[in-house]
Amino acid sequence: MTEATIPVTAIGTTGVSRFAGIMKSLRRSPAGFIGFVLVALLVLISAIGPFFTPEVAPNVKEILLPAGTPGHLLGTDNEGKDVLIQMIAGGRTVIFVGFVAAAISTVIAIVLGSLAAYLGGWVDSVVVTAADVFLTVPQIVLLAVLGAFFKLDSPVLLALLVGGLSWPVLTRAVRAQVFSLKEREFVEAARLLDLGTPRVVFVEILPNMASFILMNFMIGVTNAIYQLVGLYLLGLAPLTGSNWGIMLNRAWIAGAIFNDNSLAWILSPIVAIILLLLGLVMMTRSLEEILNPRLRDR
Amino acid sequence: MSGAVETPASKLIEGPVVEPRPSAVSRFFNAWLVRRLFKAVLTVFIVTSGTFFLVRLLPGNPVDTYIQTQIAQTGISYEAAAAQAKNLFSLDPNAPLIQQYATYMVNLLKGDFGNSALSPGTSVASVIKTYLPWTLFSVGVATVLAFVIGIVAGMIMAYRRETWVDHSLTSIGAFLHAIPNYILAILIVVFLGVKLQWFNLTEARGSYTPGVHPSFSLSFLNDIFYHAALPILAYTLTTVGSWALVMKSSTVETLGEDYVTVARARGLSDSRIRNGYVGRNAVLPLFSALAVSLGFVVGGAIFVEKIFGYQGIGFSLFNAVNGRDYAVLQGIFLVITISVVAANLLADILYSRLDPRIRVQGKG
Repeated sequence: MTEATIPVTAIGTTGVSRFAGIMKSLRRSPAGFIGFVLVALLVLISAIGPFFTPEVAPNVKEILLPAGTPGHLLGTDNEGKDVLIQMIAGGRTVIFVGFVAAAISTVIAIVLGSLAAYLGGWVDSVVVTAADVFLTVPQIVLLAVLGAFFKLDSPVLLALLVGGLSWPVLTRAVRAQVFSLKEREFVEAARLLDLGTPRVVFVEILPNMASFILMNFMIGVTNAIYQLVGLYLLGLAPLTGSNWGIMLNRAWIAGAIFNDNSLAWILSPIVAIILLLLGLVMMTRSLEEILNPRLRDR
Repeated sequence: MSGAVETPASKLIEGPVVEPRPSAVSRFFNAWLVRRLFKAVLTVFIVTSGTFFLVRLLPGNPVDTYIQTQIAQTGISYEAAAAQAKNLFSLDPNAPLIQQYATYMVNLLKGDFGNSALSPGTSVASVIKTYLPWTLFSVGVATVLAFVIGIVAGMIMAYRRETWVDHSLTSIGAFLHAIPNYILAILIVVFLGVKLQWFNLTEARGSYTPGVHPSFSLSFLNDIFYHAALPILAYTLTTVGSWALVMKSSTVETLGEDYVTVARARGLSDSRIRNGYVGRNAVLPLFSALAVSLGFVVGGAIFVEKIFGYQGIGFSLFNAVNGRDYAVLQGIFLVITISVVAANLLADILYSRLDPRIRVQGKG
């Protein structure tokens, strides 16, 4: 990622037009656009769908109905609860935790990474060493261990923990970007005007890496969802309420894979999670091509 | 990035600088390898200390919890329970924290990780010795497989850019990259195991068939590969996509380098340019990613081994977490960290052999 790849349109433009620019670039790449539609659709269904669906209630008379049963399009689970309704309601926690966790780790990474690169010296050494040490501990293992200590019963707590553990990779990436940006003339000018470190870093330098940060934010969402659903699957996060991860856990433990009638019960959350992650990966990849024109032109 | 370029440039301007020859001691400590080794040891030390204080200081401190449960369940005195805890965690819960820490570290150096709470009489070291090799084996085989396949596929994609080969391989790569390893593992179980019946899921559980004695015979080798096949398949498929995509980007960038153009202009054969000029240079950045990915894959073992019932370190980690077996947990945590640090070190050494710039750059 060379310097030339970062769009320098930022000076003087507003946040809205920058967002519009990113949207325009996303639409230019068909894969990126499909990814965006996929993610937007799933977020929309999860956000407003539950308002239009009835409450699910256990029903002993309708246990493990196969997919396609009238009234139960995706069948029912081992308590007789409709799978489709659970699917519509089940995206909320997963998407919420994914986005909030990624936002937390992105903010930490931006602050640490840009300050490390801009200030240099001991700040830089401390941040780099901390990131390196954190990187050697497999995150999912740390998460599993911490899950054993804390009762992670609120989505906010889960997001805090997942986000608080996943900043090192992005911190190093932001640091590298700021390193190359801080030598530019406009940064030098801002420094000579004595605008102060926070202003120079967060107002002058950071807007120039908006697409880069957005791309890494989406990678963060992907990772957070991977970790969250994994925790649910292993039963290491409290299994209260209902979401795609908890459905997956219950269907797996109930042996849904061995019964044709219950295949839709376990495959539904799997398909939803794959579609969500696939959409995010497609968006990420098209943003990467925008950031690095060499990948696209030749 | 820029700092490394500046140094030789300024030297050029100043002309040859005659530096006094540094003493043997300072040369030793400035040597790239020594500094790298020091960093690895420091990392393990920080993580070890971090884990120790985490286990002792967090809410629901397991040592005190263990003592309380022992008193409540068996009605023994506090002293007896504390003695048990001392044996279990290799530390004396009544000693000052700093002293406990010192004891713990000294014991670790002696290879004493404490004892398992779930299976009394079993040392943590023996638990690790039983389970770790299987994870290293399956993850290692899968990583090599995925890396090699990914590199070849990535180069094909880069050389056939904007053709149907590139488009279809890229789509497959992105798809595999997006799927979490545990979901792929479940899909493998559903389709290859339950639907197509290619694998007998019950027989394939465990790391080898019970009753078979570990040996270097062909039948035992056959047996362990039979049991490891599904985990290896899951790890390989979930990592091969990202290797291919990264290799594609890297190859495309390398193809634009001047030395490739020069090599073409010199009329070198295509295969020589592909292997000697493009492939070699394009694969370099992937080596440092290899070590990072290893940590990720070993972490993912907790899911994959659970789903296939493969008895590796992830499987025992899950049991330890579920059974609140903190001594084992701490031990496994350490061993995984050490493995990742060692892999990082190995990758860096390999990388520095392949790309001498690293050894020089590190000094800046």
